[in-house]
Amino acid sequence: MKLAYWMYAGPAHIGTLRIASSFKNVHAIMHAPLGDDYFNVMRSMLERDRNFTPVTASIVDRHVLARGSQEKVINNITRKDKEEKPDLVILTPTCTSSILQEDLHNFVNRASIEALADVILADVNHYRVNELQASDRTLEQIVAFYINKAKKLNCLNVEKTLKPSVNIIGILSLGFHNQHDLVDLKRLFNDLDIEINQIIPDNASVDALKDLPKAWFNFVPYREAGLLTAKFLYNELDMPYVDKTPMGLTNIRQTVQDIQNILNKLKCSRNYENYLETQAKYVSQAAWFSRSIDCQNLTGKTAIVFGDATHAAAMTQILSKEMGVEVLWSGTYCTHDADWFNSQVENLCSKILITDDHNIVGDMIAKTEPNAIFGTQMERHIGKRLNIPCGVISSPVHIQNFPLSYKPFLGYEGTNQIADLIYNSFTLGMEDHLLDLFGGHDTTDILNNTLSSDNNITWSKEAMKELAKIPGFVRGKVKRNTEKFALRKQYSCISLEIMYEAKENINN
Amino acid sequence: MTLSKEKHITFECETGNYHTFCPISCVSWLYQKIEDSFFLVIGTKTCGYFLQNAMGVMIFAEPRYAMAELEEGDISAQLNDYEELKRLCLQIKRDRQPGVIFWIGTCTTEIIKMDLEGIAPKLECDINIPIIVARANGLDYAFTQGEDTVLAAMAHRCPDVARETLNQELPRLVIFGSLPESVVNQLTYELNKQNIKVAGWLPSTRYSELPVIQKDDYVIGINPFLSRTATTLMRKRKTKLISAPFPIGPDGTRAWIEKICNVFNVEPRGLEARENETWKNLEEYRSLIKGKSVFFMGDNLLEISLARFLIRCGMIVYEIGIPYMDKRYQGAELKLLEKTCSEMQVKVPKIIEKPDNYNQIDRIKDLRPDLVITGMAHANPLEARGINTKWSVEFTFAQIHGFTNAKDILELITRPIRRNKKLENIGNHLYSTQD
Repeated sequence: MKLAYWMYAGPAHIGTLRIASSFKNVHAIMHAPLGDDYFNVMRSMLERDRNFTPVTASIVDRHVLARGSQEKVINNITRKDKEEKPDLVILTPTCTSSILQEDLHNFVNRASIEALADVILADVNHYRVNELQASDRTLEQIVAFYINKAKKLNCLNVEKTLKPSVNIIGILSLGFHNQHDLVDLKRLFNDLDIEINQIIPDNASVDALKDLPKAWFNFVPYREAGLLTAKFLYNELDMPYVDKTPMGLTNIRQTVQDIQNILNKLKCSRNYENYLETQAKYVSQAAWFSRSIDCQNLTGKTAIVFGDATHAAAMTQILSKEMGVEVLWSGTYCTHDADWFNSQVENLCSKILITDDHNIVGDMIAKTEPNAIFGTQMERHIGKRLNIPCGVISSPVHIQNFPLSYKPFLGYEGTNQIADLIYNSFTLGMEDHLLDLFGGHDTTDILNNTLSSDNNITWSKEAMKELAKIPGFVRGKVKRNTEKFALRKQYSCISLEIMYEAKENINN
Repeated sequence: MTLSKEKHITFECETGNYHTFCPISCVSWLYQKIEDSFFLVIGTKTCGYFLQNAMGVMIFAEPRYAMAELEEGDISAQLNDYEELKRLCLQIKRDRQPGVIFWIGTCTTEIIKMDLEGIAPKLECDINIPIIVARANGLDYAFTQGEDTVLAAMAHRCPDVARETLNQELPRLVIFGSLPESVVNQLTYELNKQNIKVAGWLPSTRYSELPVIQKDDYVIGINPFLSRTATTLMRKRKTKLISAPFPIGPDGTRAWIEKICNVFNVEPRGLEARENETWKNLEEYRSLIKGKSVFFMGDNLLEISLARFLIRCGMIVYEIGIPYMDKRYQGAELKLLEKTCSEMQVKVPKIIEKPDNYNQIDRIKDLRPDLVITGMAHANPLEARGINTKWSVEFTFAQIHGFTNAKDILELITRPIRRNKKLENIGNHLYSTQD
């Protein structure tokens, strides 16, 4: 048993559901007790999805506990098959259902005889992998299923496209700024004169997966989901892949060079050197920005970085190599990917932290006192408590991380957005500091002639206590309104009872 | 209940495929209510993830709750439950010094049959902090029923002092159900006005202040989802349950107080005037919803009381979905619903127990009600189809009890209607896709 208040990565089934709900016309059925369909709330609230989330539960209750699911799961699958006509149904076990050890494979086999849709069982161990690992695994599982199916039916499309083309693998629902990143990736490949064959799983159709091999190579922008799929396609169909994250100027350059090398090997000679120069010089303002006089102030400023492996590593590189900020330490909660993370940041910061315990992260921040934090929502709150500004650079996500405006982290536009984020975090910190130095904001009391200051109404102790419970931003208004009411009714002392009476009688 | 009484209300039961919160969510309001408590939820990452996300910003305020996250060794019984729980509880004792620790059992502890009730008394002696066990799991319960399991467990712990030593007259009144302090005060005032003294509330703000409960005391609930607590108080504590409608809306509040007065042989004074005055204050809101239709998808068990109040406000209720219907505990409320319908001359709505959300959405598409009260999973998709929605969860967190707070219910109910009226200029018609 582990005492836990907060977790950076969710349980495994969330990863599976994120993959399933990213595809078009794929339905997930959770084998779960009542209340475990909280995923639907997150999709509907955080992503503000206009459609019903294609996830339903086959409820595990007392009866199931006593007699087993029997026909229930199969009926739920075939019912969904008729109602929604999905291409694929993914039966998703939860940590509760996985200890029941029902033969879900058997249910899947039986249901797939009856259903028009394909039916598969998500193959993840809930006690060994987290959300991120599970999403990686499920995506691979689905791709493998359809590649093998196509092989069997002899309809696998292995002929390459005429022009160089790519599959982008790993754009997910509830991913950190994934939709914005995708726009910039499309632009990047368009600039490089590379066609996009498929984007998976985002809005992709499973029936089209048989055309994946048409692409010349695969591209995995985030380490957390997609690598297993890329490796599978490499092993099965000899498709090369690029797994660099084009976040920050240095990384974009490396990504493009990797792509160039692959194309050259495939006998398509390309030279992107000029392109990289022009983009870095004119499209991205980040390089010039770091050089500009304003950013000199960042020299010697300290920061810490914490997040998923992809974003934390890239952010560490940007801060130390591209902005001249001293990174005191950098860390990730992707403990399963520690080796890679170490290799990426070992020369860029003096300490590396691999942990999924937010208390350790909090203690480290308090101990090292950086000028700014770049982390997740949790670090933002730690920063609030310690009065250190924070830029959010990674999941876990919050509704604020689904901005309406265009805010990619990848590609050239991403470099601009990140430069703003970094600069704004520090400036605010500076302002705070100056305010401190000069004794804060204007502290002269504003003499106000509100009702409270010139009447003879007193407040009883209990009423005062009740007033104190009202949130600060409306307390003044409630106080004035209550006093007005008391004056009108000619009460001289406001008791609790009068307060409630006032509340009923005053229309806001 | 005899058939003749039932003929007006029709009850149906669907598949139980509906969305609701897991009952462990009760932790979020109970740890705030019981100030010296600590809630330990013994479950998996799934439970933790739900709480972390459902509680939103509260989670960053160092809440007095934590997960005892079960690992593979716990599931396969390689680790000793007693030792593991002892280790964690000692840590909690050291860091937080709570007056009581609640263990919330989950689906997983049920399935692996972890003997929480057996371990607790032993550990309680060892570490010298009371430990209360409540099984608030998704196998058996929905959302607010979580509170019911906790209060039922607490009912066993209320002190029992012999009546003679307290030198009290019969009978005493204990009210059960967790409410914010201000609402507790408001309802206490209303009863004081009728010369009725409240001997105590279950729960109290501190564990150490749990009310004395004696044989033959009267108890009354303030929420419709407290049937287990009611049963426990009757059967184990030998109290008498006052069956009344719940004090939600001015009609419900009046009926609730009247029933108490009745039991205590007190002639209620000024209640009718009090009710009418409240209705008068609601005039503006009522004019907004009069004649409009509403559909409860059902997820928190407040549905019957809210529907009854809204019908009295002049609304037409198409369907009352509800997770679980205790016809005995809610008996008086059901009767008031029937009476309200006949007085307002509307059909008694169908009550759908264990609803099926998929079927409900079909019915909503056919009926196109003016307002759907639903969980957050369906709210945005329905809004995108031009259907006004109100998140049901807000009713469990807002103050809705008593005369004083009737306005807050209508404030919530009318919000989507008032808001969308203001948006007419930017084209509500954009969002009326039908599929």
